[in-house]
Amino acid sequence: MNAFAPDPDRRGKAADKAAFVRELGRHLGAESLLTDPEDLRPFACDALTAYTRRPWIAVLPGTVEEVRQVLRLCREYRIPMVARGAGTGLSGGALPLEDGVLLSLTKFDRVLAIDPVNRFARVEPGVRNLAISEAAAPHGLYYAPDPSSQIACSIGGNVAENSGGVHCLKYGLTVHNVLQVKVVTMDGELLTLGSLGLDGPGYDLLALIHGSEGLLGVVVEVVVRLLPIPETAKTLLASFASIEAAANAVAGLIAAGLLPAGLELMDRFSIHATEAFVHAGYPLDAEALVLCELDGMAGQVEADAVRARAVLASFGAKELREARDEAERKKFWAGRKAAFPAVGRLTPDYYCLDGTIPRRRLAEVLRRIGEWSREYGFAVANVFHAGDGNLHPLILYDAQKPGDLARVEEFGTRILELCVAVGGTITGEHGVGVEKIDSMCIQFTPAELRQFHALKAAFDPEGLLNPGKAIPTLHRCAEFGRMHVHGGRLDHPELERF
Amino acid sequence: MEAHPPADGADEIAAQVEAAMASGLALEIRGGGTKSFYGCPVVGNTLSVAAHTGIVHYEPSELVLTARAGTPLRDIEETLRRNGQMLGFEPPYFGGDATWGGTFACGFSGPRRPFTGSARDFVLGCRIVNGRGEILSFGGEVMKNVAGFDVSRLMVGALGTLGVLLEVSVKVLPQPECEITLSFDLAWEQARQKMVEYSRGVWPISALAYDGRLWLRLSGAEIAAAAAARRLGGDPVAGGDSYWRSLREQTHPFFRSAGDLWRLSLPPAADVPPLPGEWLWDWGGAQRWLWTWAAGEEIRTAARAVGGHALLFRAAHPPARFFQDLDPSLIALHRRLKSAFDPKHILNPGRFGEGF
Repeated sequence: MNAFAPDPDRRGKAADKAAFVRELGRHLGAESLLTDPEDLRPFACDALTAYTRRPWIAVLPGTVEEVRQVLRLCREYRIPMVARGAGTGLSGGALPLEDGVLLSLTKFDRVLAIDPVNRFARVEPGVRNLAISEAAAPHGLYYAPDPSSQIACSIGGNVAENSGGVHCLKYGLTVHNVLQVKVVTMDGELLTLGSLGLDGPGYDLLALIHGSEGLLGVVVEVVVRLLPIPETAKTLLASFASIEAAANAVAGLIAAGLLPAGLELMDRFSIHATEAFVHAGYPLDAEALVLCELDGMAGQVEADAVRARAVLASFGAKELREARDEAERKKFWAGRKAAFPAVGRLTPDYYCLDGTIPRRRLAEVLRRIGEWSREYGFAVANVFHAGDGNLHPLILYDAQKPGDLARVEEFGTRILELCVAVGGTITGEHGVGVEKIDSMCIQFTPAELRQFHALKAAFDPEGLLNPGKAIPTLHRCAEFGRMHVHGGRLDHPELERF
Repeated sequence: MEAHPPADGADEIAAQVEAAMASGLALEIRGGGTKSFYGCPVVGNTLSVAAHTGIVHYEPSELVLTARAGTPLRDIEETLRRNGQMLGFEPPYFGGDATWGGTFACGFSGPRRPFTGSARDFVLGCRIVNGRGEILSFGGEVMKNVAGFDVSRLMVGALGTLGVLLEVSVKVLPQPECEITLSFDLAWEQARQKMVEYSRGVWPISALAYDGRLWLRLSGAEIAAAAAARRLGGDPVAGGDSYWRSLREQTHPFFRSAGDLWRLSLPPAADVPPLPGEWLWDWGGAQRWLWTWAAGEEIRTAARAVGGHALLFRAAHPPARFFQDLDPSLIALHRRLKSAFDPKHILNPGRFGEGF
């Protein structure tokens, strides 16, 4: 069975499909319904371009009521549906279905309200992440989570993936910064999760919807918490003679009781690639560099910077620079945020991983990745959110070379297995989507996967919302044939077979 | 730092749940019993997790701690204190026997919550027994993890109705170098304006409350906290810790009143329609306590009108059906979720409300 496609019995019959489209047409204007293969081409993939598939049809509703109608009809006709925001996802979560509806939320692009007194913004799901901070800036407020794609990615997608960013070490993930969401469920019901206070009534469904990858409902409105723009920010750049030394310095900063706003690590390859691309002023003789940003009230930042410098020096920082002004600080970060495209210029294709590990295992895991890189003959660029142990190794390859993609995926899977074995996870912020669905079998037991499916069924009993993503079937895991290695402490050689 | 906890009681707890599922007899999950006033009464055999104790894993340089559900909360806080760390959500105890499991099953957070995060915010992973007697793990010990649904955070505040907590892993925080409490003699309207103004500034504030006076706590490097205190003015309070403890533990004189104690969770500056009773504001206005004899519907309507919600925290008479305010569509979903985790409805049935 191909888990990326719905079960055949779930698909609407051809005659029903014609009736479905006619009914849709009664609720949506003709311009909101795309059926021409040419019009459907832009929806064939998200930012994980290795997987493409044209949807059967695409709908672009403009109101919550229209979204409800679309979902009600899909349920009635048993037609599967995939929701899509800006399409910047990195795990194929928005990959459409050949027999399904692609629901695009791009028309939901309005900032509905900024409440500076209660410090929240009420926005539609298609609003870009950065646009929220721009709208809040006149009030001295901003929205903290800042994924690297923040100029393009939408807040609805951020909720679906529980996006992180370079500042989440101190300010948390999307789930920590959203107060309320409105969600349309598969039966067309509009639910309000959370509240305009700091918590909501009942079970914490607001937390549950974060990172649910479009499997539980369609987000149609988001209320995010806004924070005061920090008075000042200082960014330190430290270079090291080895990546291990840099990784140890990162652990040292946290152990010293510092909580930097951002703490990033780049290896030699990424430094050179980035420098050639955006000229951030990075030291080219370093094996690794650490970017450490401290923000807050001026006096606090001064005190923290003195301590951070001492820690970095004690771990053998060769060169220790502080951004002299705001322009240089932005340049330091521009380099980091451009690291993926910078590496992309040097290779026909790259495969980006997203495992997270305990910080103390950083040096060891990086060493193993280096060994495997030589073994497979693929170069690896390491650039990641070191403060929270979130790795982003980029494996460089050429998809045109026969067999290379398969070998890269094998290499990637080994890295993810290692992440789980040292007590980490297969995905820190990019999501499982279609890309890492087999690796879910490594991280979870059959009983845990069954619990996920039961939870999903409480929202969507017929499995029509984004089927085949995020949670593998037990059947698929049995075919994948990998052993579950939970947290490195519980081996399950008795893994059930199906 | 690897701890050496006592023997693991997980299998025994799972066996008790499995037996209950087979017999269909409900279980009342019990840790230290300090928060049994909260929620609706449960009828069932006691399932004690108090003997399942121990810090399983604590790594100060990772800011991560994992402990078993029966571990006394005070032992965990003491261990963290010795390492210069703390729980960022300042959990209420409501009694010396408070356990780690009960802390997350209830999901309460203290005065620091608006500034650092809630109990749920700090949870990284958990190990549970579901209503089928299966031992399951979700999340982990890393800060970022989006593999699978976020069951760990769903467990927080679920009062054990979706699973018996066996272990919870959390992110911990470094203790601030210095804390200073200030108080201000301000009338209500002025105090409210100040709360808004302070919350919008970049002050290192870690608590903000109004009980007839405005109370404010600063946390951070000594030089920064002292500088902020000078700029803010107000009266320095010696032993400010005991004030915040009295708010957290509800030993503050305000909590010695009669009637129902309601908790209103609201936008911090929201104007609530007038309700009879006595008020105390915590969390900079986002959590308000109300002693009243007013009807539940009146209070819930008032909270809803401004986008918040109200729950009956301590009832003069135990609530009969629901102690939280949920839309009918949400109630139906709650019941389906309950069945997804606990198909025979044997785990704390009805503690949350009728049917879950």
